[in-house]
Amino acid sequence: MLKFLRDLRKYRDLLFMLTWRDIRIKYKQSIMGFMWALLMPMLIVAAGLIVKLGLAGVSGRGVQMSQLATVTLKALPWAFFVGAIRFATNSLTSNVNLVTKVAFPRAVFPLAATLSALFDFAIASVVVIVVLTIARVGFSVHLLWVPLLLALLFVQTAGFALLLSAANLFFRDVKYIVEVIMTFAIFFTPVFYEVELFGKWGQLLMLNPVAPILEGLNAAVVHHHAPDLKWTLYAAAWGLGLMTIGPMIFHRLEPQFAESI
Amino acid sequence: MPGEVVVEANHLWKKFKRGEIFSSLRDLIPALVKRTVTREQAEKLQVREFWALKDVCFQVRRGEAFGIIGHNGAGKSTLLKHLSGIIQPTRGSLSVKGRLSALIEVGAGFHPDLTGRENIYLYGTILGMDREEIRRKFDAIVAFSELEDFIDTPVKRYSSGMFARLGFSVSAHVEPEVLIIDEVLSVGDYLFQRKGLEKMRQVMAGGATVLFVSHNLRAMTDLCQRAILMDHGQVLIEGTTAEVVRRYMDRSKEGPADTSAKEAYISRIKLYDDKGNDLQFEAGQEVTVEIDVTANQPCQRLAVVIECADDEQYDVFNTSTQRLGETPFNLEPGQTERVTFRLTLHLVPGTFHLGCYVYRYDIQKDYDTRTRAVTFYVTSRTDVRGAAHLEPRVLSQTRVAG
Repeated sequence: MLKFLRDLRKYRDLLFMLTWRDIRIKYKQSIMGFMWALLMPMLIVAAGLIVKLGLAGVSGRGVQMSQLATVTLKALPWAFFVGAIRFATNSLTSNVNLVTKVAFPRAVFPLAATLSALFDFAIASVVVIVVLTIARVGFSVHLLWVPLLLALLFVQTAGFALLLSAANLFFRDVKYIVEVIMTFAIFFTPVFYEVELFGKWGQLLMLNPVAPILEGLNAAVVHHHAPDLKWTLYAAAWGLGLMTIGPMIFHRLEPQFAESI
Repeated sequence: MPGEVVVEANHLWKKFKRGEIFSSLRDLIPALVKRTVTREQAEKLQVREFWALKDVCFQVRRGEAFGIIGHNGAGKSTLLKHLSGIIQPTRGSLSVKGRLSALIEVGAGFHPDLTGRENIYLYGTILGMDREEIRRKFDAIVAFSELEDFIDTPVKRYSSGMFARLGFSVSAHVEPEVLIIDEVLSVGDYLFQRKGLEKMRQVMAGGATVLFVSHNLRAMTDLCQRAILMDHGQVLIEGTTAEVVRRYMDRSKEGPADTSAKEAYISRIKLYDDKGNDLQFEAGQEVTVEIDVTANQPCQRLAVVIECADDEQYDVFNTSTQRLGETPFNLEPGQTERVTFRLTLHLVPGTFHLGCYVYRYDIQKDYDTRTRAVTFYVTSRTDVRGAAHLEPRVLSQTRVAG
């Protein structure tokens, strides 16, 4: 873990350049270019809105502005998580040339993938802020929870990214499994719905490590009260665990990468 | 004075597996458990495994240039990958002191969609420079690559030569303490290769230690003082580069296949000059070629043909005893005829190959053929290029108008 952080410090320029490369090539040779970074979150929010309106239509209840704010607030961090995991899982195998030819800590690949997804999320935050302003959610001290919750989300994502990229290097099956899980995970994660909807069974949904973070964000920003402490600690435990085990296993397997890829 | 040892390989062994790494789930699960839980690796060879490196030992001292010679598959690249830390040895140890840079494949870190400028920064950081350092050296890198006009074009539109030039230029500006060069000097055209070689000399003059792998034996003899010859993962010999290169060429020469079936065959070819050199000659100097022809059957009216080709197989010269006016000779079984030629090497610097044939002109019969039988280098004090050395001098340089 310590060595991991030291390595990152030493190779921060490389991490920066690889992140920059990943961002740059994502929007290369597209007419809209960087506009996509804004357009994608807007489309996601629009999709969320349609789902909400549809559900409201069926159940016969109206949609409140605060619900729109909730969907936006949850959908974009979730999009970050999914995007980062998908991209990071392939980050080692899509850089075969570098993995087999140049020596440096390979952790920079999944981390650069995560950071480039974070960049998209940062741009998407503009959309979140605009929607929150329109919905007049207002301010409160509980907004201070937001950086902590986002940090937790990032740490979890980075931990998963390390583990999955290494696993995918040895077995390409991993990327298909990840693809399937990420496609269906939206049904098991409170993005377009609230956990309370499920009453007692809602607790089961909260076992998903990302769920407490999304619920926490909603509580702090839209409902102006502190996130459920128990579940936030649960998410933090995941973050801590992943950040310990992730670098450890990655480091263990690293010497085998060049031969096994 | 021998300096401090900077690179040391100590009884290096490396095991590789042929075919897929895991062929079945039954192999996989125990292997995975072992790999994650323990660090120990079995010392014995399993099925389909082989040693890619066998007990490799050598030392390189500070400021030295060290060559690694061998056929494809001899373990050279595997060795370099160990040195640069990309793969770990199965057994044995390796130590490298100081900042190391490996020019293993130029442009491996390039992204085709990014421009030349962007790729310089990207590849530069991959090779271990920081952004500030690249910013400082940027103009020098671009100038060296001669790609000023294309620096803002995506590299996917580059020709392969341009691509390689840019890659080499970035690598050449890393300023490492230990530099590993694998075949990168063979990129670009002749002029660029020369420039690359000069840059390497500069790097070495700056006190860097260089490990060099190349098929360009001339560049190797030029740059390196010491070398090892590798074969099937083992170090066959270690010595001065000239010595090792000669051994390598002796091994790579096509031996006289099966001479017993031939009516007459070439039993010996020797190339040397008056000082006894047999590998490297100065342009314009005279050399002697001795060719022995031995007969198994009675043969009539034989002539000996010699030819000289450059490294690109281009025939720069050929002649024969008959064309030079000698009378064809006859041989009885067991007899040997020695033909001695005297040649003046009006050649430009480079690698050349001498071949010879035993031929009968009137019935156009080929008795024995030995192409590329002897390899030699030509060096020159004057900087000339092309096919022939016309021994130029500048008589005068005067202004005649203005």
